[in-house]
Amino acid sequence: MPDFLKLFADLVVYRWLGLHAGAHLADALDFFIYDVIKILLLLTAIIFVVSVIRSFFPPEKTRQFLGRKRSWVGNILAALLGIVTPFCSCSAVPLFIGFLESGIPLGVTLSFLISSPTVNEVALVMLLGLFGWKVAGLYIASGVGIAIVAGIILGRLKLERYVEEYVYQIKVGAADYVRPTFRQRATDAWTYTGEILRKVGLWVLVGVGAGALIHGYVPVDWLAKYAGRGNPLAVPLAVLIGVPLYSNAAGTIPIVQALTAKGVPIGTALALMMAVTALSLPEAIILRRVMKPRLLATYFGVVALAIVFVGYLFNAVIR
Amino acid sequence: MLIQILGSGCSRCHETERRVLNAVSRLGIAADIRKVTDMKEIMSFGVLGTPAVVIDGKVVSQGKVPSEDELRKLLSGDK
Repeated sequence: MPDFLKLFADLVVYRWLGLHAGAHLADALDFFIYDVIKILLLLTAIIFVVSVIRSFFPPEKTRQFLGRKRSWVGNILAALLGIVTPFCSCSAVPLFIGFLESGIPLGVTLSFLISSPTVNEVALVMLLGLFGWKVAGLYIASGVGIAIVAGIILGRLKLERYVEEYVYQIKVGAADYVRPTFRQRATDAWTYTGEILRKVGLWVLVGVGAGALIHGYVPVDWLAKYAGRGNPLAVPLAVLIGVPLYSNAAGTIPIVQALTAKGVPIGTALALMMAVTALSLPEAIILRRVMKPRLLATYFGVVALAIVFVGYLFNAVIR
Repeated sequence: MLIQILGSGCSRCHETERRVLNAVSRLGIAADIRKVTDMKEIMSFGVLGTPAVVIDGKVVSQGKVPSEDELRKLLSGDK
């Protein structure tokens, strides 16, 4: 299929527009058209499939399933389920309460809460399209890894008393879960895919456009000198900058691309991206409703440290 | 008919409310529409994914923004 796309891009740029192959602008445009179509097709297919799969893992089911698991196994399963259970930051509070109420340990609950926003299918597709399967694979593995390890550590720290008291007093009612028909699952998945595409479409254009421009025009500059391999503080600094910021995962990809194109190592750029998506000020404000400051600070601290660690690991593994 | 919209006030919850209002006025039915933002009350429905829509005490949609079509079907089917 990619070959058809290449043919199509060539047709548009060199035939219809009559631009000359080999010219900077023409090749950048060719690259742009090819990549935009490729990523949009990938996004449509993957978001649709992921949404259908997700409809089989509603949070109510995940909660029942995790209730019988203890730490370690629980943390690993929670981190993996975090990928397939649909999640939006506005559901973080009811999820947190619901998990704890059913007896799921705090550390396991946090593993889920970390992996769910960190491993994002839109980011995955864009990394796959722009950087290849190696970076995309490491992204998933490290997201799940961070969720497991941070959850285990947080579980060991005995932080239960720093959960707001009212959380333990809430009684969760019996859920009358309506089992959707397959048709309903497909319709929902399709609607959701459209929603996401409308939301991130612009970012795909910006991301790929930035990449296309940078490939041809921007020289490696001072960023590489100060945030390159020579500076061991670059990774923690990137995380420190990323934590208060919030953007959806698609919005951070153009930044990742611009940074790597300017000579910042991929681990440093991905650490920034994960810090932006996994931890943010708005999320802290939402979670403050169920976590006392001490727990909230420890949660952010441990996750930030895990991201720094993964950043170094990436820089060491991918050269 | 009592319609409750469960959600702690995120943009997806507002969108759900807007669509419920639209569907109700389109169908021309009399309904008492209430927003539920209190966490204790939301959890009493056993709902973990917000926004959720409850019609006469029964959860009919959760963890997603239902389409107006779907809402119209739910609202007229229950009557």
